[in-house]
This record gives sequence, C-alpha cells and structure tokens, in this order.
Amino acid sequence: MSNRLINWFKFASPATFYPLAGKMIPWFVALSVLFGIAGLYLGMFVAPTDFQQGEGYRIIFIHVPASWMSMFIYLVMAFWAALGLAFNTRLSGMMATALAPTGALMAFLSLWTGALWGKPMWGTWWVWDARLTSELILLFLYIGFIALQSAIDDPRRADKAGAVLALVGVVNIPIIYFSVKWWNTLHQGASVSLTKSPSMAVTMLWAMLLVALCFWMYTIAVALARARNIMLERERHTEWVRALLAQPKP
Amino acid sequence: MHWNSASEFFAMGGYAFYVWGSFGVTALIMAVEPIVVAQRRKNLLSRLKRQIAAENLAQRSEES
Repeated sequence: MSNRLINWFKFASPATFYPLAGKMIPWFVALSVLFGIAGLYLGMFVAPTDFQQGEGYRIIFIHVPASWMSMFIYLVMAFWAALGLAFNTRLSGMMATALAPTGALMAFLSLWTGALWGKPMWGTWWVWDARLTSELILLFLYIGFIALQSAIDDPRRADKAGAVLALVGVVNIPIIYFSVKWWNTLHQGASVSLTKSPSMAVTMLWAMLLVALCFWMYTIAVALARARNIMLERERHTEWVRALLAQPKP
Repeated sequence: MHWNSASEFFAMGGYAFYVWGSFGVTALIMAVEPIVVAQRRKNLLSRLKRQIAAENLAQRSEES
C-alpha cells in the first residue's frame, strides 16, 4: 500500500486514538472559547433590539444552538452506534457512550431556555405542543440510552443494546425538526432554513451561528475527554494502558 | 455598542430574569461538565495505578 493512503482503521484502535484525542482537546477548547466570545459579543452588545420581543429575544442565542446540538449530537451518536454494530469496532461504542451525556445536557438546555423564553412571550413555561414534546422525548431517549448502558455490566453488550436504542430513536429527529411544519404548534417556525433566506437580521444570524460553533467545539472537546476516560477504564488490562500508566504524566 | 450603561445591560429591558436565567444555567452546565469529566479522570488514574501496584506486590510476594 502506498504511503499516501491513510489507514483509517488505525485510528479506530484506542491505543492510537487515546494520545491523538489528548492532543486535539486543547485546540477544540481554544476554538470554543474564541467562537463563544465572538458570538456573545455580537449577540449581547451589537445585535439590535427585536421590535416584537424586546431584549428577551436574546435567549435564542443559546436556545437555537443548544437545540441544534441536541439533535446533531444524537445523529452523530446514532452514526457511531451503527458503525459499531456493523464493524464491531471498539472505538465506535465508546464514542457513542461519550456523546450521550453532553447530548442530554444540550436537550435540557434547549428545554430550559425555551421555558424561560416561553414564560414572558407566550405566558406559559410549557405547553404539550409537538415541538416541545418531541424535544422532551429526545431528552428521555438520551437518559434511556445512558441508563440502559449503565445497567449492563459487559461493555460490548451494553454498546450493542445502546446502539439499537439509539438507532430506533433516530426517527424522533425528523419529527422534532419538521414538527413546526407538520402540526399547528405554538412554537415559531425555523429561524434558519436551508431552502429560504433567513428571516432575521444578519448580525443576529451571525451571533447564533458563532454560538453554535462554540457549542460544537465544546461538545467535541468534552466528548473526547470523556472518551479517553472510557478507553482507560475499558482497556485497563491491556498492554498500552499499563505502559501509559507507568509514565509520569499519562 | 447597543447599550448606554451597564445597568441597562443587566436589566435587559425588563427581561433580566429570563435572559440571565438562560445564560446563567448554560454557563454553569458548561463549567461543571468539564470539571466532572476531569475529576473522573483523576480518580480513574489513581485507582488504576493502585490496582497495578497491588498486582505487582502480590506477584513479588508469590515469587519470594
């Protein structure tokens, strides 16, 4: 095989991925901080007041990125889960497990900020409407995934059971995304859509995108850190972990 | 700059509770989650090192 080809399966081995992830984490943290500062500056200091919602609309600078991430993380988690089922690679299950808690937190933040926005704007913290209910189901799917995996002692079987749950739950993602179109809901339509130009001011849009990038980089960093923990824990009897622990700074 | 004073900024046009309630909890979660992961790593490393040391000790006492 020529040297130019990268053997991707090499990175699927925890022994090579562990140090690589360790090197990547500080970069993602730095990017997350940069995007976060830029996004919050634009969103909190530059973006104008909304003519209908006053200053209260600024909640969307967290609400929309957190909601996007809650759905996106689930898709990535299901992707890793599917890969694990198909190729039986060790790393895939670890990545899925590492992503779930952050996904759950993003889903919680989406609901929390949504409630804090809904109270002054709609006059209620919560309604059982399609968008809100399907997002709540997403939070329960994350919690169910975590609970199921921690209830099974054998990590390989836990991975498989979790993967099946994650894949079945994928059906909920398009339901959340299209809920505002399919049903009459209190929730407003998509602020940013792939097919039409966004219905908001350019500074607001940029602020939202930058905060979304910040959340994205944060998620990668914290998920990689958690994956490293899982690798150490699961591979503790292997040679590479033993060699690593013998070093002064593992 | 959109604001005339710091107090105007913190008042958020009367939406202070809702805006800062959202941003505050988000900041809290994004600060606590990495700390929990780092703490877990610290505990894990010391536990694994102890285990290895205990195994080495058991091996040596078997040999002697």
